[in-house]
Amino acid sequence: MLDDDHPMTAETIPAAARPSGIKGPRRPLFRRRSAIPGFGLTLGVTLTVLSLIVLIPLSAVAIKASSLSPSQFLAAAFSERAVAAYRLTFGAAFVAAVINGVFGVLTTWALVRYEFPGKAVVNALVDLPFALPTAVAGISLATLYAPNGWVGQYLTPLGIKAAYNPVGVTIALIFIGLPFVVRTLEPVMRDLSADVEEAAASLGAGRFATIGRIILPALGPAWLTGFALAFARGVGEYGSVIFIAGNMPYKSEIAPLLIIIQLEQFEYANAAAIALVMLAVSFLMLLVINAIQAWSRRFV
Amino acid sequence: MAAPSRAHARHPTDDPLWAKVVVIGLVLAFLGLVLILPLAAVFAEALRKGLGPAIAAVSTPDAWAAIKLTLITAGIAVPFNAVFGLCAAWAIAKHDFPGKPLLITLIDLPFSVSPVVAGLIYVLVFGLQGWFGERLIDHDIKIIFAIPGIVLATIFVTFPFIARELIPLMQEQGVSEEEAAVSMGASGLYTFWRVTAPNVRWGLLYGVLLCNARAMGEFGAVSVVSGHIRGLTNTMPLHVEILYNEYDFVSAFAVAALLCLLAIVTLVLKSALEIAQPDVKRGGGH
Amino acid sequence: MTISIRSVEKKFGRYPALNHVDLEIADGELVALLGPSGSGKTTLLRTIAGLEFPDAGQVLFEGEDVTFASAAARRVGFVFQQYALFKHMTVARNIAFGLDVRKGKDKPPKAEIARRVDELLKLVELDGLGKRYPSQLSGGQRQRVALSRALAVQPSVLLLDEPFGALDATVRKSLRKELRRVHDATGVTTIFVTHDQEEALGLADRVAILNAGRIEQIGTPDEVHDNPATPFVCGFVGEANRFEGTVSGGRFTSGAVSFAANGARDGAAVGFVRPHDFALDDGGFEVRVDRVHVQGALASASAVTADGRHIEISGSRAEAARFTGTIKVAARKSHVYPT
Repeated sequence: MLDDDHPMTAETIPAAARPSGIKGPRRPLFRRRSAIPGFGLTLGVTLTVLSLIVLIPLSAVAIKASSLSPSQFLAAAFSERAVAAYRLTFGAAFVAAVINGVFGVLTTWALVRYEFPGKAVVNALVDLPFALPTAVAGISLATLYAPNGWVGQYLTPLGIKAAYNPVGVTIALIFIGLPFVVRTLEPVMRDLSADVEEAAASLGAGRFATIGRIILPALGPAWLTGFALAFARGVGEYGSVIFIAGNMPYKSEIAPLLIIIQLEQFEYANAAAIALVMLAVSFLMLLVINAIQAWSRRFV
Repeated sequence: MAAPSRAHARHPTDDPLWAKVVVIGLVLAFLGLVLILPLAAVFAEALRKGLGPAIAAVSTPDAWAAIKLTLITAGIAVPFNAVFGLCAAWAIAKHDFPGKPLLITLIDLPFSVSPVVAGLIYVLVFGLQGWFGERLIDHDIKIIFAIPGIVLATIFVTFPFIARELIPLMQEQGVSEEEAAVSMGASGLYTFWRVTAPNVRWGLLYGVLLCNARAMGEFGAVSVVSGHIRGLTNTMPLHVEILYNEYDFVSAFAVAALLCLLAIVTLVLKSALEIAQPDVKRGGGH
Repeated sequence: MTISIRSVEKKFGRYPALNHVDLEIADGELVALLGPSGSGKTTLLRTIAGLEFPDAGQVLFEGEDVTFASAAARRVGFVFQQYALFKHMTVARNIAFGLDVRKGKDKPPKAEIARRVDELLKLVELDGLGKRYPSQLSGGQRQRVALSRALAVQPSVLLLDEPFGALDATVRKSLRKELRRVHDATGVTTIFVTHDQEEALGLADRVAILNAGRIEQIGTPDEVHDNPATPFVCGFVGEANRFEGTVSGGRFTSGAVSFAANGARDGAAVGFVRPHDFALDDGGFEVRVDRVHVQGALASASAVTADGRHIEISGSRAEAARFTGTIKVAARKSHVYPT
């Protein structure tokens, strides 16, 4: 309620009564909480470059694929050969990610918790797949796992045909995916506080119960993220795979190779259709990874 | 309660010795098979006929042209992405605006796109049947099956590397130092050079290192846009492929060994940087 | 349960964390380990818990040697400064953990565990919060959860490492009362570590004062405050003015300061006088009052002796009205230790 002798403050003056030249404060579109200059310029450059290099060219895939009729699109993107390629690509990427998931946890555990000679070298070597050109890995793995190769010669008598086979694809994807799992787990494992393990032990939990009920669940979100990153990278991988895969249609031909084959036959729209399917999977993986990280923040 | 002896007393966060031996053994065996063996095989195959043929293989004119093209490509792509990364990190880490998480996700996008698709998109834009195909021919400009296409594809696949390194680093450092500088009357550019740059130089170097390794080693994307013209549009990884497919294994592995040395130097520098400047590892760009 | 620590020694590298420590704790006692940081108090607590193992000496529970028994086998309840709750489990699952991990016939039935969890939540006044995650609780609530989690296994001894150190002052006060209440309700032998003397003296039955890996004194709060056994205890517990000087003929003298030192032998010595043990006295020594600081019913004054040393004196507010200009004070009580 307004007191009669309450002095009128600036806020109580009706807008119409204000002198016309003075405007009330206007809320800017972008709230400038920062006093640091250069925002317009750097954001402008960022958005322009991002659009020109990434977004507009990527949209070309969708636009090119849309030049096909729906039935043409289905025929190109989900032909028997394409479906066989997806099955191999996603299947091999999944198996490789699972294997990396298991050995990634062990590797990270050894690097974070144990001391052993050569640990620094092992730690540096984990990043080799990031630093080594994929084609180099490809020809080397193909040579190793060929029937007369260093490793292949021992597998052949066992009836295992590694190179030029889906097994070979999986081997290449294990190489490519390992660091994703290790480097995602590492900071989380390092930050696990000793307190929590000591608490579990003082409550009567044995070492295995502590690992199974406390440590592994705490690593869960990071593990899933690493797994998803390794899987996503494996799905798109080309260089390290084509040399060892054998590239037999329906059998050991991966989806990225199929895109190249369509391109070489100047079937640009067909290539775009397959690429669109792969992009859709990539976006899905991105969403999944973001969802995992949002979910894991719930507990922190 | 029985009274265990000192030998059995183990800190609760410590694993029993047998478990350590088993885990370390498994890890070394796995890494030996997956990482060390392929690395060793490259050098063994390159030197199969001795050092002479290996050196000869990397000194042919075609090999030199490939090395030169690889250096040119990285020499353009890496500085380009460094400037972009600094711009993006400055806008994102030092200012607030709506849609920031989306922008970060979009910058990360090239990580999750297959390199082959990365090559394909430039073919679709600049290729013969592409959006600008005819206009480019009219003006006699070649992008696809030429060096500009190779550079563009390389920029795409290495796009997030440096930005991903700098954004979390700059976010962690906050804005107080910059605000102090600005409040004392420093210009934006002066603040950047004198205050921000010294704080992020090691992170930048770390990103450049990873970006460069990928730029020099990129295969899939470059393969799509290169056209594989020997001596003209072959980078080192493409040259390796051609030699390998021609069954010239010693030469293929000799060039591959050169790329391995690059990878090893990258890993050594990276480890040294992580030991000397532990902060750089926070970014976690791949 | 009685706990005996016998000649325990522990070194971290070359740094001795525990140096020949002996301590006897009676069944149902509430004992505080008090000392500055680095005094070894936390190491001693962790040695009792089985989270550290001594280099020499013995830890006995009820006369039985548990020196090298694992933490899991000791059935101690341990509460950490940073709570150490399991983040991915609800409050109820956190509290139930110690019962859940038991195997075979030791493991209580589900309904029994649920009943115990409810009971404990009530005990620490958190009923209804069982389904929350630790991230949804305040610091004080988290520490209550940690306390009830430790109590769930019906530990033979409850150990707390700076349990209130991460909390703000008001929460700390209420949790202190809570701990006393829980201790009295359960009767469990309880040992807690603190560097806060107010906490130790206000809460514990007995206080052990540690310094540089040794126990300097153990006694009731009154004993350690009124009859400090060593110069360290005298300086650490309560406020005290410290003087270096000599004793001669039952009198301690340090420059212009002098007071009775009954029973102390002649020679070099260090003397302590608590601020409230100074009283206005015409037979005393002269000081010049600098500044008077009133706090409710009490007042303290900073003063300077004739030879320029700063001392603190305190008294009731009425008394303090006379703390002006140059006054004469004498020590009613002092603590003098030969050096």
